[in-house]
Amino acid sequence: MSEAIKIKLSKKDLESDQDVRWCPGCGDYAILATVQRTLAQLGIQRENTVFVSGIGCSSRFPYYMNTYGFHTIHGRAPTIASGLKITRPELDIWVITGDGDGLSIGGNHMIHALRRNMDLKIILFNNQIYGLTKGQYSPTSVPGTRAPSTPTGSIDHPLNPISLALGAGATFIARAADTDAKLMGKILEEAYKHRGSVFIEMLQNCPVFNDGVWEGVKDDPTGKQIKLEQGKPLVFANGTKGIALGAGMQPEIVEVVDGDTSKLLVHDERGSVVYGHLLAQLVLPDFPIPMGVLYRTDKPTYDQLAHAQMNDAIAKQGPGDLSKLMYSGMVWEVGADGTRH
Amino acid sequence: METKHLDRVVIRFVGDSGDGMQLTGSEFAKAAAEAGNDISTFPDFPAEIRAPAGSLFGVSGFQLHFSSSEIHTPGDAPDVLVAMNPAGLKTNLKDLVEHGTLIVNTGAFIEANLKKASYASNPLEDGSLDKYKVHAVDINHLTLTALAESELSTKEKGRAKNFFALGLVFWMYSREPENEIRRIHQQFANKPGFGDANVKVFKAGYHYGETAEVFQTVYKVPPAPFKPGMYRNITGNEAIALGLVVGADLAGKKLFYSGYPITPASSILHSLAKYKNFGCLTFQAEDEIAAMGAALGAAYGGSIAVTASSGPGIALKGEAMGLGVMTELPVVILNIQRGGPSTGLPTKTEQSDLLQSLFGRNGESPMPVLAAKSPGDTFYCAIEAVKIATRYMVPVILLSDGYLANGSEPWALPNLSSLPRFDVTHRTDPENYFVYERDPETLARAWVIPGTPGLEHRIGGIEKDALTGDISYAPENHEKQTYVRQAKVDRIAQDIGELDLSGAESGDVLVIGWGGTYGSLRQAQQQFAAQGKSVSHAHLRWLSPLEPGLAKVIKNFKRVIVAELNMGQLRMVIRARFLIDVIGLNKIQGMPFKVAEVTAAIEKELSNSSAPLTTSSTQPMAESGQA
Repeated sequence: MSEAIKIKLSKKDLESDQDVRWCPGCGDYAILATVQRTLAQLGIQRENTVFVSGIGCSSRFPYYMNTYGFHTIHGRAPTIASGLKITRPELDIWVITGDGDGLSIGGNHMIHALRRNMDLKIILFNNQIYGLTKGQYSPTSVPGTRAPSTPTGSIDHPLNPISLALGAGATFIARAADTDAKLMGKILEEAYKHRGSVFIEMLQNCPVFNDGVWEGVKDDPTGKQIKLEQGKPLVFANGTKGIALGAGMQPEIVEVVDGDTSKLLVHDERGSVVYGHLLAQLVLPDFPIPMGVLYRTDKPTYDQLAHAQMNDAIAKQGPGDLSKLMYSGMVWEVGADGTRH
Repeated sequence: METKHLDRVVIRFVGDSGDGMQLTGSEFAKAAAEAGNDISTFPDFPAEIRAPAGSLFGVSGFQLHFSSSEIHTPGDAPDVLVAMNPAGLKTNLKDLVEHGTLIVNTGAFIEANLKKASYASNPLEDGSLDKYKVHAVDINHLTLTALAESELSTKEKGRAKNFFALGLVFWMYSREPENEIRRIHQQFANKPGFGDANVKVFKAGYHYGETAEVFQTVYKVPPAPFKPGMYRNITGNEAIALGLVVGADLAGKKLFYSGYPITPASSILHSLAKYKNFGCLTFQAEDEIAAMGAALGAAYGGSIAVTASSGPGIALKGEAMGLGVMTELPVVILNIQRGGPSTGLPTKTEQSDLLQSLFGRNGESPMPVLAAKSPGDTFYCAIEAVKIATRYMVPVILLSDGYLANGSEPWALPNLSSLPRFDVTHRTDPENYFVYERDPETLARAWVIPGTPGLEHRIGGIEKDALTGDISYAPENHEKQTYVRQAKVDRIAQDIGELDLSGAESGDVLVIGWGGTYGSLRQAQQQFAAQGKSVSHAHLRWLSPLEPGLAKVIKNFKRVIVAELNMGQLRMVIRARFLIDVIGLNKIQGMPFKVAEVTAAIEKELSNSSAPLTTSSTQPMAESGQA
């Protein structure tokens, strides 16, 4: 993160001159607007900000940001972003990806960027469908999803993005919905401040190929969402219900009677990975889903460690001397008379 | 005891892949270099790390050619074969010259090993080795005897036996043992017990030669005349790593290297990982694609970005290489070729990735391609690749191969201050900036890096307007951009020097080659030239753009041979480019050309050269050009 004087920016300063080409009603518009507004409020340095993306609808995102941007190839954005981060640690790098780009073709890069604690802010737009290729089911689609490639319904089990990020070792994990600009803004601000691998699952609506996929979540924010607050019990339904831990560490929904929340789980974003996995398992239709910052921890980042090793080598061996390097190993001289010395 | 002077010797050490043959060979090579000989080495080992002991497929070999005159190859056939076990003897004896010298470790010629090597009877006893000068030495036993008082286990003692063989050949070729003893101590500084044992066994081998009276002659190969200067012994992969560090320095930039483990490229990453104090960052990526992606990211950020692999890994990198072509970022991609397709022959050499380099990406995706000709030449090629990549803003492929990567030669150290600098600058002026505005000379776009205020812009793999860099699907624009990407590569011809031609510019036979076959081809041509025959050799350093000097000479010969370790990939390119028929000399055995194979092919064309050329272009590929 750049530690420089904050310049007053407006949302407009972060809009590029390109026409936004998403379908009317796409959830991406709201995410773009919130990112632009939040980063402007944070007073980022545009020249030190880079948006890197893969392929898919969401991956057009960098073209619309008036920052540096690199629209790469399918699934590989974390690799390009990693090379950039390692060599240019001072840059703020955001990776924009989707459920197909980031969890299917690019799944391998995703887990490795996260496990290395690469200092990247990865926003995964999850609409449970392939949009740009016209509506095939994705790795997060619910079983039975009917799509051109699965006319009788998809049969594979979906992947849980939060579980994956936790398992891979992300150090900041959060979830927001495209319609909740307030929460999204808060999460983006926290993510911006975090040093390390950020994974944000953005629940996003595709009005053309998978309209209403998150409706259950969005239409009933009190009944189907748990708004996570640090140090507060996990409650929903206007505080009338909560999540407690039952036998076999199974989460269960309990009624809150007379405001007694003593049996409920209390949110701690710096809690254990086990707690994080427990939150990740809270999914519809059996549970309301947790929104906000699910997990965070502090660890040295890859670029910090790489540069520390480099600086250590310079301190111990002195700055590299090229002629010494060339002359290392078995070296001999042949004199003017052609004989060896 | 008689001392005989020899001009040159080819010696090959063979044994189990766990027998330490590579170490023995490279140590003996160091001694030859130290004594002032010209040397060329050819390590040849199986893909298995520790193949089952005694098996035929587990044999590891190291061939060394050392000479008192200039040499270009590791030699066609060994004069001396040191066989540590029956499997090694079985698989290598056919290569030994007639009446050649054979040193055999009799201790390994036990029933079980003979059976594993498919010997029906013991070759040491059945007379089958009668035509060779056989020295039967029980190296196993002599090694254990030498270490009788050592505290090492019997198994550990046994592992020192390669040093007995080394000591013995040191004595045979009158090498100074002191330096070797020092080297062994240095090498085993962390395990002094092993160091002492190895020295003891090395000395035992040396003294055995002196006292056993089985050898009537010792040999001396006098030093070769070298040009004055500083020298070191170097392998291709060591030299390429040095070239990258120096290249980045000449560009005034930091080096970033990303790779994924693959034979025979991995050792480049191992070298560079030790150069951290040069500001060099290395990154072992999760796969080949990630290594290419990370290199692109680093190039985008303003580093000298390099990735290396071999054919299978290059195939995986293909799409991301195309992204480099599209976004016009300077990246160097090293392909240390090996036998293919698929996993192919991981530890053997081949030149079969030429067409992959030229065309192996989707769409019209031209990239500059150059190839190194010798271990030491990889150093200069690496510098040149960095220079061209940054000057033209283009990804560059540098081809080496398993033979160059692992082979070594005495290398005249360059005077670093005499290497021309090519400092790279980045545009910082925001006035009138267009992403694809081009330098009129090189057609390069400006290398604008993140962190530069006022120059924020977006790039990507989708086609862009030829000036503004905005997304464009316009038909004419795509065609224009496609031709410009090719024109950029073509322009590189202006930076390519004279064609490396040995012999006259016209005549009977022209042999064309590229890459690691240089040594065999050049030596063959020189043999004909010495006999006054009209044979020339053109070595192509640049494959894309094709070496510009070739056009001037290629039509001046009655016969043109293209010699390469593949089915005829350069031949296909040359036929297409010049519309002339050329004859293929091809070998796909995972081995370099022998000089004799090249001279035979030239001889054949020389004797035919007055007859009209019967076109071979209608011949099926599989039947043309076999060596």
